[in-house]
Amino acid sequence: MNEHDKGHIVPYATLVAVWAALLTLTIMTVAASRIDLGALNIWVALVIACSKSVLVIGFFMHMKYENRLFRLFLLVAVVTLTVFIGFTFFDVLYR
Amino acid sequence: MNQAASVSGQRGFWDASGGRRGIGTWVFSTDHKRIGLLYFYSTLAFFCVGVLLGLALRLELFAPGADLFTPQQYNALFTLHGVVMIFLFIIPGIPAAFGNLVMPIQIGAEDVAFPRLNLLSWWLYAIGAIMALTSLFTAGGAPDTGWTFYVPFSVRTTTNVSLATLAVFIIGFSGILTGLNFLVTIHRLRAPGMTWMRIPLFTWALYATAWVQVLATPVLGITVLLIFAERVIGTGLFDPTRGGDPIMYQHLFWIYSHPAVYIMILPAMGVVTDIIPVFARKPVFGYKAIAISSLAIAGAGSVVWAHHMVTSGMSDTAVMVFSLLTFLVAIPSAIKVFNWVATLYKGSIALDPPLLFALSFIFLFSIGGLTGLVLGAAATDVHVHDTYFVVGHFHFVMFGGTGFAYFAAMHYWLPKIYGRMYSRKAAVWGWALLTFGFIVLYMSMMIVGVEGMPRRYYDYLPKFTFWNQLSTIGSWILVLGLVIMFVNIFRGLLRGEPAGANPWGGASLEWQTSSPPPLENFDHEPEVTHGPYDFRKAGL
Amino acid sequence: MSESSPATQAAHPKDYTGAKLGMWLFLFTEVLLFGGLFILYAVYLQRYPEGFRLGGEQLNVWFGGGNTLVLLTSSLSVAMAITALQRGRVRQTMGLVGVTVAMAFCFLVNKYFEWSAKIHHGIYPSSPQLKELPAGEQVFFSIYYLTTGLHGIHVLVGMVMMGWVLLLIRRGKVNPEDYVTLENAGLYWHLVDLIWIFIFPLYYLIL
Repeated sequence: MNEHDKGHIVPYATLVAVWAALLTLTIMTVAASRIDLGALNIWVALVIACSKSVLVIGFFMHMKYENRLFRLFLLVAVVTLTVFIGFTFFDVLYR
Repeated sequence: MNQAASVSGQRGFWDASGGRRGIGTWVFSTDHKRIGLLYFYSTLAFFCVGVLLGLALRLELFAPGADLFTPQQYNALFTLHGVVMIFLFIIPGIPAAFGNLVMPIQIGAEDVAFPRLNLLSWWLYAIGAIMALTSLFTAGGAPDTGWTFYVPFSVRTTTNVSLATLAVFIIGFSGILTGLNFLVTIHRLRAPGMTWMRIPLFTWALYATAWVQVLATPVLGITVLLIFAERVIGTGLFDPTRGGDPIMYQHLFWIYSHPAVYIMILPAMGVVTDIIPVFARKPVFGYKAIAISSLAIAGAGSVVWAHHMVTSGMSDTAVMVFSLLTFLVAIPSAIKVFNWVATLYKGSIALDPPLLFALSFIFLFSIGGLTGLVLGAAATDVHVHDTYFVVGHFHFVMFGGTGFAYFAAMHYWLPKIYGRMYSRKAAVWGWALLTFGFIVLYMSMMIVGVEGMPRRYYDYLPKFTFWNQLSTIGSWILVLGLVIMFVNIFRGLLRGEPAGANPWGGASLEWQTSSPPPLENFDHEPEVTHGPYDFRKAGL
Repeated sequence: MSESSPATQAAHPKDYTGAKLGMWLFLFTEVLLFGGLFILYAVYLQRYPEGFRLGGEQLNVWFGGGNTLVLLTSSLSVAMAITALQRGRVRQTMGLVGVTVAMAFCFLVNKYFEWSAKIHHGIYPSSPQLKELPAGEQVFFSIYYLTTGLHGIHVLVGMVMMGWVLLLIRRGKVNPEDYVTLENAGLYWHLVDLIWIFIFPLYYLIL
């Protein structure tokens, strides 16, 4: 328990590995945008952006090492944003 | 204020000036009780301003035709009445004023989690309020858009809307910081033994409110910033001639402003929930159901925003979906009402002023809630949309609900803060006139609305004269009640009898400390061994 | 673990978990603030796919990609700074935070040139040239300027905040025993990065 308050120390190697993964994903998203997938393009871009976010939040922002409450809070915020965007489409999509 | 002094030689936190002098002991204090009182005085001052504006509106409407004001002045008056009442009184009223005063004591904490941030919240509120007032007298004059700032009018009007939107942004930021502070406080600073199921229900309500404040207010922030950008650099995002969509403004606005209704009403429900068991001398009926229904209202209330837009021209699918969702909010709200009534059932009821106001709340809020269903159902809403029926409904919920809960909280908790008691007899008179005047004032509005009188017009057809005059007479009775109430309460708090630590026989923590409470609320950290409404275990 | 035990309180006078919880809640409000713009983006993308494609083609992927690299790297440096401070290496920490500040400045310079080029071509909100374009492109550029503008302000705030933390480290106010301020400033900086992670593909790569 004390470990959590003291803060988990993330080694440099892990951080650099995450950074490399983020760069790879950036290149992937640029590459994917050059292939014409129609409406699918935007979803591919979003999936890659979400994976990058997971890496940043999990390692750079130490979410992986925080207690469960933090993840619960994050879930509430993400669900709220999704609902705000999604429910607007009840109007926009069917007008 | 100084007189709160000599109550049995104990002035509690009033004595702890923090080494500052004069007004600095207040505006630079990080004590949650002092910040709460700052909020209390400022929200109360703005309430009085709002009441005067409302009174002026009713005077204009006493007879058809132009009487006192020009149409433009009338537009500015109702905009101001709305902005002042919503952003400066109702939203911060209960959470920021009474939340700050009572919540940390209720959970046995010394203060909130971030005391300096708490002071910053009040400062932001004060700065925003000053900016809002400045907007009245500068540039193009008082905004005339209504409190909703709807496009395209808000973009085109030459009145000083830009400054007003920035003011709303800053006041919103103050609300966000208060919500954030409360969430962390409730999570981190509960006294030993204060488990989640022993938290008083007022604090539970504040917890749910805080989530809405944190997650919905930023959307208001971006919305008013967009209006500002639209006016200053002309982005054209809501302008159909440039590809924009004005209905998207309404979506963004109501994504915040509907949940904001729950920022206003949830803490009010919390106040009533805390009061009823104390005066029924019975544990609250269905503690868990009430706690969870607060969260449910916050959740469900965040997904119903488009029911304000039924006649805006959005898709029929959206009309039906949001209409259906709106009915969901009625479920947790009804759970609360039934629980309050069930708590009163077979209780040994003490009809003291706080309970009277709470009972008025239940009655008026139920009327407001049920007429809300008329508006929530798309088929009926089309007929009464933008009529005085909406105005009546809205005031029943916001004034009959939140306003009365604010008064109930004043009568319930202020003796704790000041250590003195007001005259109960005068309080009952104030309450009776207030409730009677309220019903005359707003019931007339609902009736004239169903007859077809549109809102926000400064003139009306002669056939609406009777109900309008009755409504205006109601406003005078109501104001008389307000005057009696305020005079009585402030006279009592300055010169009344000492209240004692526990004048009402409450079992929650704020009644276990002295009145007024000491600087850090308790002489030694309390150990919680029973629930907040467990009168038997509290030995009461 | 949500309740801090007396032992940890002795080690840290501050409530670390509480402070970080507060910062995360603040970050959520930032996410929702940008969320309003993303709602508009989603709606208008659905309405004008062609206009957004044409608008996106006119943005320079090299500017956007370059700034992505800059922000990701600055995120790495601030994450490493926290590790360094936890390990007691104060000088290294200051170096890493300094790198972050420099990167933030780089980002803004980059942005300045990017915006100048666009404005030089007559494309800015309510410019006569923009009003000639089809509706979809007008909307695209309006949201583009608002979103990147708001993000730019956040970069600026983040840069100032990092500079301030650097000062606190130098004065020893933030040190290996008490570093929650650095952690929270870092969280804010990562959020700025996170939002850019979405802005980059949504605006620069709609082809």
